[in-house]
Amino acid sequence: MNIAVLSGKGGTGKTTVSTNLALALQANYIDCDVEEPNGFLFLKPSIEKTEQVMVEYPVMDDKKCVACRECIKVCQFHALAKVKDKVILFEKLCHGCGACKIICKYDAIIYNQREIGKIETGQTRNIHCSRGILNIGEPMAVPVIKKLLQNISEGNYIIDCPPGTSCNVVNTLRYVDGAILVTEPSEFGLHDLKIAVEVVKMFQIPFGIIINKDDGKDNIIRQYCKKENIQIIGAIPYSKEIAQVYSKGDILYDHFKIKPIFKKLANRSKEVLQWN
Amino acid sequence: MKIAISTTGKNSDSVLDMRFGRCEYFQIYDTKAGKIIILENKGRLSSGGAGIAASNQLIDEKVDVIITGNLGPNAFELIAAEGIKAYKCKSIAINSVLEKYNNGELEEITISGPAHHGGHN
Amino acid sequence: MELVVLSGKGGTGKTTIATALSELAKEVVRVDCDVEASNFYMYYDGKDLEKEDFYGGKKADIKKDKCIQCGKCEEVCRFNAIDHFQINAFACEGCGACTLVCPQNAIILKDEKVANTFITKTDKGIIAKAEMEIGSDASGLLISFLRKKAEKFSKNELVTIIDGSPGIGCPVIASITGSNAVLVVTEPTKSGLEDLKRVITLCEHFQIFTMVCINKYDINGEVTKEIEDFVDQKELKLVGKIPYDDVVMKSINELKPITFYKDSIAKKAITEMWKTIQKFIFT
Repeated sequence: MNIAVLSGKGGTGKTTVSTNLALALQANYIDCDVEEPNGFLFLKPSIEKTEQVMVEYPVMDDKKCVACRECIKVCQFHALAKVKDKVILFEKLCHGCGACKIICKYDAIIYNQREIGKIETGQTRNIHCSRGILNIGEPMAVPVIKKLLQNISEGNYIIDCPPGTSCNVVNTLRYVDGAILVTEPSEFGLHDLKIAVEVVKMFQIPFGIIINKDDGKDNIIRQYCKKENIQIIGAIPYSKEIAQVYSKGDILYDHFKIKPIFKKLANRSKEVLQWN
Repeated sequence: MKIAISTTGKNSDSVLDMRFGRCEYFQIYDTKAGKIIILENKGRLSSGGAGIAASNQLIDEKVDVIITGNLGPNAFELIAAEGIKAYKCKSIAINSVLEKYNNGELEEITISGPAHHGGHN
Repeated sequence: MELVVLSGKGGTGKTTIATALSELAKEVVRVDCDVEASNFYMYYDGKDLEKEDFYGGKKADIKKDKCIQCGKCEEVCRFNAIDHFQINAFACEGCGACTLVCPQNAIILKDEKVANTFITKTDKGIIAKAEMEIGSDASGLLISFLRKKAEKFSKNELVTIIDGSPGIGCPVIASITGSNAVLVVTEPTKSGLEDLKRVITLCEHFQIFTMVCINKYDINGEVTKEIEDFVDQKELKLVGKIPYDDVVMKSINELKPITFYKDSIAKKAITEMWKTIQKFIFT
């Protein structure tokens, strides 16, 4: 069972919910927010393995290349250019799609590999943790996310998604069986939640809502969920105490007052997401 | 000699476009043939690599000089390697740009401006 | 004069502060580049002056009647975007490799609509914003497009305030390219500091004048100190420290800029900060 935790916008507590639920459920944790993978700051796993994430890029054999410019024309990403009768590559723009190699009549293109990010895996408190890190300045996160999720073994996983509803999120959702949407009771929260709901509905997976910074009232999020017939998994109350524990980088689940909240959320998640 | 200027329009009273890769048009003044060529900038609409697409276009046109506002690192690398000279100018009418160029008042671009990777979609 | 407000991570109060600053600046054009969670505009009622579909990028499209199901496209696609002779639009990157190998010429690349863009007139001025289609990314092109649309209206205005995209990816780069100054909004949490460092690396790379403000600075004195040391060490300008203020939550719920609340302590700090920012960016 792979459960994605997502939120329409950043800062709603997606990582807080992911890391603490992983502990409460004794499920493995995967951080797919590869541009800002912060889950490990809280879980502090011992890193056992670091792997490179490689992408392929074309290399021109100048002896064979006749500078016919066919590869330049075919590249949709404008990653190739001709200078002084040589074809050169701008690797950050290259998607490694292979179109240039297909079009080249002179067999002048071979593919090499370069690193765009890393995957770290480790253990903490009997759960397996992994995260992807996109190298600074690299524009494409999808290869890192794919590598993180492609070969996950049997078991239960909590997957901390990138924020928003971008291509990165959609690529993460391709691998999951259920979703938890984290929101907060404000107009902003509701606005972004509606978009996130649209996204998970496209994947036809069971999903439920966790209200963070909840005021306990019949607020706009509860009203919306009732109207749309969406299940609420539970809520994390708005409190300065929680904010302070969080700001220290401590785990909320370890705090005796907060632990029961996550225990309850964990049990309700199983119900709502039809977790067997 | 061929002088390419990034512009917002097709006429001689159009103004210089400060952006290179995403400008609307290039006006190319062929001083030898006494001709003006108007090119629509193909880089303008690409999600990424706009500066490279624009440079490719100007390299194909065999221009000798480019006058624009800012050049990104990718475009700068290409243009420098091809041996094209690039000059910096403000957003003023094309007539005045040419006048300034002819009077030697424009500053040559020797370091590129900030990079601009496109999105991945 | 373009001022970009950034934060490495979401939820640091970037939009609250960007909104307050544009209120204080009075004459402004606002650009909402946080297109995946465009909340900047929600503070304002207004009239849409322009609405435009935005196309960016391409997707492959298989013409059913021409397809002989040879499977060559599936073999060549490096993104696993073709399954049973159908394109998975979310996986397709629009590279066109499949169009090259199709013996039937049954595949073409089609322009894809990625967003609706709006120019909205409010009683406080012009706002440019976009609403993304699901699964579409904010691209450099879209951000440039929004900034350019806003530019048309900024002739007489003194400041354009750009609510920048989160993260450090391409949209952020496009938000700050060619702008005059950056204000990074951070908060004193471990992840806030990590994200601040990432954003600053980016700003350094682009050599843009960078200011930092610490929001909710009083929730963790230790990390606030760490941030201050970091700012010093990087020789950046710390322009403001904004206290934790319950009124901020209230202002978000009531959809009124924080500047509307006369007694708010956050408002006072932001007002002071704006004075400092003006000194830096207008001299």
